[in-house]
Amino acid sequence: MSGAATTHEAEAGAPPAVDTRPRWRQIADLLVSNRLALFALFVLGVVLLAGILGPSLAPYGVNERVGSIVDFRLRPPSLNHIFGTDELARDVFSRVLLGARASLVVGAVAVGIALTSGTLLGLVAGFYGGKIDDFIMRAMDVLFSFPAILMAIAVVAVLGPGLVNAMIAIGIVYIPIFARVTRGSVLSVRELVYVRAARSIGASDARLIRRHILPNVAAPIIVQTTISLAFAILSEAALSFLGLGVQPPAASWGRMLAEGRGFIQQAWWMAVFPGLSIFMTVLSFNLIGDALRDVLDPHQRSAIESQGLGV
Amino acid sequence: MTGYIVRRVMQAAGVLFGVSILVFLLIHVVPGDPVRLALGTRFDPETYEALRQRAGLDQPLIVQYFNWITSAATGDLGVSFRSGRPVTQMILGRLPATLSLAFGAIVVALVMSFTLGTIAALRQGSKIDHVATAISQFGISIPDFWMGILLILLFGLQLDLLPPSGYVSPLDDPWRFLQHLVMPAVTVGVVSGSILTRFVRSSVLEALGEDYTRTARSKGLRERTILVGHILRNALIPTITVTGLQLAYLLSGVVVIEVVFSWSGLGLLAYDAVLDRDYPVLQGAVLLFAVFFLLVNLIVDLLYSYVDPRIRY
Repeated sequence: MSGAATTHEAEAGAPPAVDTRPRWRQIADLLVSNRLALFALFVLGVVLLAGILGPSLAPYGVNERVGSIVDFRLRPPSLNHIFGTDELARDVFSRVLLGARASLVVGAVAVGIALTSGTLLGLVAGFYGGKIDDFIMRAMDVLFSFPAILMAIAVVAVLGPGLVNAMIAIGIVYIPIFARVTRGSVLSVRELVYVRAARSIGASDARLIRRHILPNVAAPIIVQTTISLAFAILSEAALSFLGLGVQPPAASWGRMLAEGRGFIQQAWWMAVFPGLSIFMTVLSFNLIGDALRDVLDPHQRSAIESQGLGV
Repeated sequence: MTGYIVRRVMQAAGVLFGVSILVFLLIHVVPGDPVRLALGTRFDPETYEALRQRAGLDQPLIVQYFNWITSAATGDLGVSFRSGRPVTQMILGRLPATLSLAFGAIVVALVMSFTLGTIAALRQGSKIDHVATAISQFGISIPDFWMGILLILLFGLQLDLLPPSGYVSPLDDPWRFLQHLVMPAVTVGVVSGSILTRFVRSSVLEALGEDYTRTARSKGLRERTILVGHILRNALIPTITVTGLQLAYLLSGVVVIEVVFSWSGLGLLAYDAVLDRDYPVLQGAVLLFAVFFLLVNLIVDLLYSYVDPRIRY
């Protein structure tokens, strides 16, 4: 306690150092100084590389057999096939590499849907208040009342399984979270002096929202986006695991896990490596989300904690 | 207080109305004819007409909604397209399995989060704190169905300690029921517990800095008394809310985990209904999950204002 007080006095005595570096630079430096975040960035870099260059990096094709089924079926990891082979003599490493794209694309598009619609709804609700606010937020409550995965399953049940429908389903599930986060932040800046000043000189609603409100509520939305990417990828994996997401012949981590489950006793590698890939990717997005929050939005409690979110 | 309760109940009723419309529409936005789809190759005109009429699909939409919601309110959720059995009966049969799994998971989550969270907060910045934080970060990021598979591999198959999957009714054999419950409950509970751990930790840290903790300490109370009577008691309040919200995760997590462990509860029922295109069953299950979630949230909110009288809405 006394230690903290002394530091405080010392700080008060010296003139506060002004950080003249550009804001993006401060953020970049802080992220780099955080070793966990650096590790996460590295993992995501690898996953992104696999997602983009997968087809040219992978030693085998998605459904290519490395040899005859009899000889190369369910081979344990070796130098030639570092993640082993599956029940159809396919190279698990190649399939994991090629599966990265599905996870990334579904995650990104789903979060894109949730981000744009949720943020827009939250902005309108928070900015206009009153009946509009009530209506939008009650509608969000309705969407939020369905357990995430169940909601996604129900949407897929209606639209039919597949990559695109999985994106839409997961996107819809995460709209209320963005709406809530945005609305809360808008409420906290709506009556601040600079907004009122802009309004009093006759700025239009659109200009007020775009120039004055949006930039000041961006931080929590950015943090939420990163964390939602983690959950969207988990949801995609879960849907594909249930056979409702990405369909064969395309490879996806969730789907591989489902196939591996059937051979768990003979070939642990079939389930372990795809699962590990999901885990590392999700963990990395979460770590970066946490680091970004520390930098951008130190007052906000973890989105996970404050909303009790889960997959 | 009464005003708040009334307002909160009204609000929940409004949301429930919206939920019922969405669930009702589920069967009507399906491209094509749901009955024809459900019958598939076993199509025969008589069964088809009977099912259509039974589901009331030949009437105007508003009439259909009205009929559906009034019978749902009296506990009649229609009949399964597949088995012809009443949906309510099918759901009730699955309820004990899901509720026991949710209950087991909550116990795992609370024990884990209070132990880890409290120790981490009391030793803030220490190695133990870092380990606890890492465990909760891992638990949040791990795909629960993957963890389930790994547990099955390790404890069910390699070590042969626990049954790898399946559900046994506690009425038939309580001991085997518990054995079957352990792995799924741990799988769901660890993910929930990881999120709660962070929350308990920050709540305890907050309580540690409060005036009442300092007062208790200066009175010379024993540390144990302060921890239990002052710190944990106050940290419990915000945790109630999050635990309530966690039920939402528990319920949705339960769907996938029930599939992994062949735990024949509501989640597995809903999943089979999707595969079979048995829409009345899916409708019933989804409605029940949503109603349960709304009820839990309502109770949590009311409990919250009761436990912490400072809160006024």
